[in-house]
Amino acid sequence: MKRVMGGSALRIRAIAIVCLTGLLAACGTSGESTSGTNTASAPGITATTITIGSTQPLTGRAAPGYSEISASSNAYFQYLNAHGGIFGRKITYWYYDDGYNPTNTASLTRKLILEDKVFAMFSALGTPTHLAVVDYINTQKVPDLFVSSGCNCWNDVSNHPYTFGWQPDYTIEGKILGQYIQQNLSGKKVGYFYQNDEFGLDGVKGLDAQLGASSVDSAGRQNYVPTNTNIGPQIAALQASGAQVVVSFSIPAFTALALLGAAKIGYHPIWVVSNVGSDVTTLTGLLKAFSQGKAGGQLLGGMVTDTYLPLVGDSSNPWIKLFKGIHDQYVSNLPWDGNVLYGIAQAYTFVQAIKAAGRNPTRASFVKSLETTKLTGGPGLAPLGYSSSNHLGFLGVQIAVIAADGTVTTTGPVYTSSDSGPITQYNGSPSTPPASGIP
Amino acid sequence: MVAVRARPNRLVSPTLRRHLPLALGAGVVLFLLSTQIGAYDDYNLAAVAIYAIAAAGLNLLTGLNGQLSLGHGALMAIGAYTASLLLKDHRQFPVVVVLMIAMLSTGVIGIVFGFAAARLRGPYLAGATLTLAVALPQVATRYKSIFGGESGLTVPQPAPPAWLGADFPPERWLAWIALAAAVLTMLLLANLLRSSVGRAFKAVRDDEAAAALAGINVARTQVLAFVISAACAGLAGALFAYWSGITSPAGFSLALSLQLITAIVIGGLGSLAGAVWGSVVLVFVPLLTSGMASRVNLPSSVADNLPLAIYGGILVIAMLVAPHGIQGALRRILAIGRARWGHTPGGGQKGVVDWDDPAPDT
Repeated sequence: MKRVMGGSALRIRAIAIVCLTGLLAACGTSGESTSGTNTASAPGITATTITIGSTQPLTGRAAPGYSEISASSNAYFQYLNAHGGIFGRKITYWYYDDGYNPTNTASLTRKLILEDKVFAMFSALGTPTHLAVVDYINTQKVPDLFVSSGCNCWNDVSNHPYTFGWQPDYTIEGKILGQYIQQNLSGKKVGYFYQNDEFGLDGVKGLDAQLGASSVDSAGRQNYVPTNTNIGPQIAALQASGAQVVVSFSIPAFTALALLGAAKIGYHPIWVVSNVGSDVTTLTGLLKAFSQGKAGGQLLGGMVTDTYLPLVGDSSNPWIKLFKGIHDQYVSNLPWDGNVLYGIAQAYTFVQAIKAAGRNPTRASFVKSLETTKLTGGPGLAPLGYSSSNHLGFLGVQIAVIAADGTVTTTGPVYTSSDSGPITQYNGSPSTPPASGIP
Repeated sequence: MVAVRARPNRLVSPTLRRHLPLALGAGVVLFLLSTQIGAYDDYNLAAVAIYAIAAAGLNLLTGLNGQLSLGHGALMAIGAYTASLLLKDHRQFPVVVVLMIAMLSTGVIGIVFGFAAARLRGPYLAGATLTLAVALPQVATRYKSIFGGESGLTVPQPAPPAWLGADFPPERWLAWIALAAAVLTMLLLANLLRSSVGRAFKAVRDDEAAAALAGINVARTQVLAFVISAACAGLAGALFAYWSGITSPAGFSLALSLQLITAIVIGGLGSLAGAVWGSVVLVFVPLLTSGMASRVNLPSSVADNLPLAIYGGILVIAMLVAPHGIQGALRRILAIGRARWGHTPGGGQKGVVDWDDPAPDT
């Protein structure tokens, strides 16, 4: 008897809960779906967790500097989880080492999607590595957010509707750097030093668009491949070409090699270096390591670069205060540098995107929300470009100059552009982070 | 294959009859296995099959013919780039055609290199093949418009035929293709090794002068071994292109060549089964440790390098425990077992293991 009673009581309670859940879900969908109960709305999402995954160069030639990014993103997620998560869910972040080898990326991405069943890919790093899997991720209809690469190949809405970039694309960056050269270094002979892949070529495309393709002759166009560290001949060729300004679209290790190679032959052009290859802390370390301590940060004095986030060294900036605090608490073994800032800022944007998608998103609704809801109030200096026809991230940058003592100062306004459009000045005011540090 | 041409009667020899049921049995078991596991395990099974083809080819060259090649990763690259170029610009070719052409083109390159290899010994041969491994990926970077440079060429994953249903995982289809190729390769190689050609390979390895005195054309045998080995690498390379979806220089670095050497040494030099064991280690051990960096609570400078360190440690321990590889250890265990239980009175000498002999199984 007792058992029967218990059973029916239980059933009534269950029915009540189901009705209530249905009611709340109905409320939720009518509004912003921010209220209600958590359901396992998509693969990788349970009532209490969201699992996301990434492939990163934790070892190998791209690891110096870049290996800090995923650990730093994870630090932000740990901070978020310790403060109640997002919609009560904690974020689990699994990142695997692909050693910057596309073959490993192919295998590990399938592990994340098929076995770990992640809700989304996040911050997967590298142009050649991610090109290997972008088709696969999209056929699996897995959100592929914030690829850690400025290749404009991620902005391909018709073929890759699930893929989104984050950092400004290299063509936009090249155009704005080119504009700075026109305005401030006019009359000087310009040369290029670039990585011979989409990264360098996209940058050169932007530079050429701004400076005119004929303004730099073939002797002034030198490239490198990341598998060959002997870049002496290219630097000597740049010197011979008489270039007084060298624009470098290079990863940190090759920026350092170029600076050392030039110093060795007494060549002292003005270096204009893309954001990804110009982090002062990373470069100082590499310069010291490559020269066995004979050279260091002094080679960076006068370097021109650009930024789309507050400057790492600007300790009065509220974003930097917040992110530096998270760094100190969770990943204090890493140097406080541009890569750590990158990883944390990217994680912040991801949480903004999750919040905008509402309490119980599906993979499709998450992507839809990112296209339709403007993510504002984040750490970026320029606005994010996401829409149904555009999957570019930050639309612009601000020029910055490195002083001899390693301090970086921004100069001039923030400029925005697109791959083919004109450069325009951005007049939006920077935002401040919420007191909780969580969107 | 040359053996078949030289002695047509070998096609119906007892050797084939012995290996054919084994190959069919292995095929059925692997087929059943592939349908019981998840898509991701199918994907890894395909990887094992692909590495096994390349490692078997290398084992034939190194373990059985005594020629050390540090350039098999580059030979795989030739197969992979052949396949990728065939499939460039959304061109459609049946998988079998792509695999055959990749095998042939790599075999032709193998002839050229085989002639050079037949003139070189020991470290000089290793050096020459090392050149191949280091230089070849640079060709792809140099001729960017053809080979796609650093970013490489993307390869569409082979789509399962419609009759398997819309929900059939493409990874399983890939595994079937790779497993079929692997079983067939093993069958052909096993037959070859049991033939006079296989005996000639071993004779040349053990003593070139004696082999020549016995009427074996040493140089011809060495070139032949190199060509067969290269064709296997080419086949594996083409499958690798389908498997990874991208053919780029970074995927065929010197590390790949060294991994293949690792596979045959860990698995067992000179045995086809050893190539399979080695491939299993090559695929699954890194997978066990790959997720560690994001899961252990250690400083990232330690955590990031932990998987590689553990992988290296496992290889060192494996070499200490089983110096003749996994296949050698298995044979030793079998031999000890037989001696103890007295099943085969003649074969029970403790510690005497014919680890050089090609495995009778596939």
